[in-house]
Amino acid sequence: MAATAESIRLNLTPPVRYVLRIADTCLIHAQRLAEWCGHGPVLEEDIALTNMALDLLGQARSLLTHAAALEGSGCDEDQLAFLRDERDFFNLTLVEQPLRRGSAQAPGGDFADTVLRNFLLAVWLKALWAGLVGSNDATLAAIAAKALKETRYHVEHAGDWVVRLGDGTDESAARMHAALQRAWRYTNEMFTDDAVDACGLGPARSSLRSAWDAEVGAVFTDAQLGRPAHTPFLSTGAQGQHSEHLGFLLAEMQVLQRQHPGGRW
Amino acid sequence: MNDDSRPEWPLWEVFVRPQAGLDHKHCGSLHAADSKMAVQLAREVYTRRQEGCSLWVVKSSEITASDPADKGMLFDPMEDKVYRHPTFYELPESVNHM
Repeated sequence: MAATAESIRLNLTPPVRYVLRIADTCLIHAQRLAEWCGHGPVLEEDIALTNMALDLLGQARSLLTHAAALEGSGCDEDQLAFLRDERDFFNLTLVEQPLRRGSAQAPGGDFADTVLRNFLLAVWLKALWAGLVGSNDATLAAIAAKALKETRYHVEHAGDWVVRLGDGTDESAARMHAALQRAWRYTNEMFTDDAVDACGLGPARSSLRSAWDAEVGAVFTDAQLGRPAHTPFLSTGAQGQHSEHLGFLLAEMQVLQRQHPGGRW
Repeated sequence: MNDDSRPEWPLWEVFVRPQAGLDHKHCGSLHAADSKMAVQLAREVYTRRQEGCSLWVVKSSEITASDPADKGMLFDPMEDKVYRHPTFYELPESVNHM
């Protein structure tokens, strides 16, 4: 049997971390959405969720390839996805939270969690892509231009679901409200800058706030959802310090390439 | 995947136009809660491989169909009326879609 693959060590400059942060957010969100494959509430929505997961995976692949080029030690997208340790992933903490299988301590477990997270993130990514289209890095700008179209659809699809459930029956409204309480504490991280945000490749997270607030607020009004109170909690996934859930996700996502390095099928 | 005790979403018929200038063609059906959702899900289910550039959806219950039992009455009388086909004159080369 082949030896287990060693983790790769990277030269994590601010531009590399800036691109990895976006790539990892897309990749881990895609992995969570893909858990719905074959389990959607109806066949049509099952296909819709996996189509969106594939859009996000495509965005992650382009960004990982670009991050590898910026990093310069000859890695490819697969090595970055499958051979990095947890501390070298820089996704937002929100996307690693359980989605289909929730627990008492974490968001997830209800379809309302899925449509809400999808919506909150799609609006954030839309604002980010819109800013990145003007990046002085031509590759990033091209990736953003393609992703912006995909993400505009994700916002619409997920936003319609938030309204449908939030302004639906008493039960759907209660579940959507509960999902919002579970997710909201993780949104501070979406708008809090660190040193990497100042690297100059694209917008800092703090600059995405006003567009996000406006779009989320309009849908919440239609959905009869009140905005939860601000909490001081600040998650730190973008700094590589994750919740207990990412390790399990990576174990499942990476196991094949770890046990059969370079395996193809 | 449906819980049998719950009412199903209504059924919609989906029409896809493969490219500008051609007609919308019926390609299948799906379940959706309303027309906007039906368009989105039609996009997900029937245009994943670039099959279309435009979509129509219509509630299946809004379609009135001919009765298969009336097939003889409705369609057989046309069998012996060959003079209704434009086959008694030459078409110019440039007319393609007759």
